[in-house]
Amino acid sequence: MTDSAELLQPYLQRRSFVELGARQRAKALLDPGTYRELLDPFQRVMSPWLSRQGVVPQADDGVVIAKGSIGGLPVVIAAIEGAFQGGSLGEVGGAKMAGALELAADDNRNGIPTRAVLLLETGGVRLQEANLGLAAIADIHAAIVDLRQYQPVIGVVAGSVGCFGGMSIAAGLCSYLLVTQEARLGLNGPQVIEQEAGLEEYDSRDRPFIWSLTGGEQRFASGLVDRYVADDVAQIQQQVSELLQQGLPAQQRSRQADLFLQRLARLDAGPQIEAATVRDLYQGERS
Amino acid sequence: MSSYSLRGLHWFNALSAGAKPVEGLPASLKVADGVLGSQPARFIAVVADPDNRFVRARNGEVGLLEGWGLAKAVDEVIAADRDKPHKRALIAIVDVPSQAYGRREEALGIHQALAGAADSYARARLAGHAVIGLLVGKAMSGAFLAHGYQANRLIALRDPGVMVHAMGKASAARVTLRSVEELETLAASVPPMAYDIDSYASLGLLWETLSVEQIEQPTAADLTRVTECLSLAIEDVAAKGRDLSSRLGATHRAASSQVRQLLRAQW
Amino acid sequence: METLSFEFPAGQPPRGRTLVGCVGSGDLEVLIEPGQAGKLTITVQTSVNGSEQRWEHLFRRMFEGQTPPAMDIDIHDFGATPGVVRLRLEQGFEEIGHD
Repeated sequence: MTDSAELLQPYLQRRSFVELGARQRAKALLDPGTYRELLDPFQRVMSPWLSRQGVVPQADDGVVIAKGSIGGLPVVIAAIEGAFQGGSLGEVGGAKMAGALELAADDNRNGIPTRAVLLLETGGVRLQEANLGLAAIADIHAAIVDLRQYQPVIGVVAGSVGCFGGMSIAAGLCSYLLVTQEARLGLNGPQVIEQEAGLEEYDSRDRPFIWSLTGGEQRFASGLVDRYVADDVAQIQQQVSELLQQGLPAQQRSRQADLFLQRLARLDAGPQIEAATVRDLYQGERS
Repeated sequence: MSSYSLRGLHWFNALSAGAKPVEGLPASLKVADGVLGSQPARFIAVVADPDNRFVRARNGEVGLLEGWGLAKAVDEVIAADRDKPHKRALIAIVDVPSQAYGRREEALGIHQALAGAADSYARARLAGHAVIGLLVGKAMSGAFLAHGYQANRLIALRDPGVMVHAMGKASAARVTLRSVEELETLAASVPPMAYDIDSYASLGLLWETLSVEQIEQPTAADLTRVTECLSLAIEDVAAKGRDLSSRLGATHRAASSQVRQLLRAQW
Repeated sequence: METLSFEFPAGQPPRGRTLVGCVGSGDLEVLIEPGQAGKLTITVQTSVNGSEQRWEHLFRRMFEGQTPPAMDIDIHDFGATPGVVRLRLEQGFEEIGHD
């Protein structure tokens, strides 16, 4: 092989994770031959609420639940399909994710060390199912905290939808978060912030601005996520596997209220915020 | 010039009369340790702070300080009662119009602050504290997920101003390219989309819905009624356990149970 | 939104089943399962009203004069163009081992 071919090899072999759908992402992360889907689309467990509103449902309601192993460790993966209704969660998809987490926690109480990996490509609650979506997300939060008594819960936000709404809170409850450059992680969608707070506050069409505050790179530099990975299946798989091997983190990010309150107390909240200010305030050394 | 609700504050003051205020928390949180009937309880409300350092969180919204502050207020209880046989109840008085919307909030990770609150409330429940959510006003989306939705039992007062939803009417109408009237018509035939508390109750998520004489400022009779209901809720939790399974079972939520059954069967 | 049904004569059922696509804007998901020998049945749930003729046309061009496998095809369509529909169907047929 020539020198330039050797240099190009890793790039040629890179496989985009972002371009994969939810099912393919789940398959790609699980050890070969271990993928087994529950409530697969052929079972047609679908939304009871969409057809009556003239919205075409998806056979898996936009959430894929698959059991298998990663690096030999038993896991259940819940993967949200961002292409279906913006990855928004309805009753059935939400119940799939919550139920899978609940069963994983039960497993641990029965001596089976099942971990969970959540692939979060979602705008939050599906408005066509509003309160049932919201309730399901509360169930998901409860189940993450329950499972986290025993095993780490890994969240992956890859893009292009990102992770917003009530599911960004779920991300914040995870033991570890992994993001790509394409990813965004934030509570409110840019359009809603612009509507509520005005264009000056938040320009929803200014993509570089949005990524500068809520994009994967910024979140990593601010210590709000744990790993920042290239958009490459093999690398993401490896990082997820490593995090699973690490077990529960020494510090759970969502249990650091005192630290965050101290940091916020140091901040002059008068001037409008800058990305660099956040990095300095939260990380200092990692900026 | 925005107006804000005072219901949460009034109900907090009434329920926690004589209780000891808890110091060291943001001014937008009202927290006090007292009793409910004969049960020790910590009362927690999020209220408007017109002087909030974060300008987008001055009307009772749950923002950065509120999220982390709730986490701290609940963590203190978990720690203090860790070795006690009897765990204090947590009464979340819910009157929250929304999460805070702003550049500072997003940049500083409001999603993480709200996760802090949800985490603490969930862990309190798992540690054996009865967490009761009392809905006296709005209980909207991220704000409710952070303050109230991890409760063992949810009790709502019956009133048009008591509302649970994922998005305010005006925003939801805009986002779905409808008029508010069209949205309301649609919601009338799709119970999970409706804004009124009786439709919400039909989803099976509430333990009880109570009518009161004076929603803004409780009468003595209102206070007795609600206190009794809260006490019964605490007893019910003691009898039945620490998870959220009591929210399952309504006809409108049948699919949620079916999915869980199928997952278990295929696990 | 409307639900449409179509039927064509067919041969033997395929051995496998498959799902291709996703109900994204301009896309569709196609579930293909073995059906009753001799019959190819297609159900289409589509966001586009008044499109029956176009679906009929497309399926006729694909299946008339052929002996396709006896499949039950379930389509959830969110406004895909005929080109995308055809692509997904062909992806599906390839997956179950028939052209």
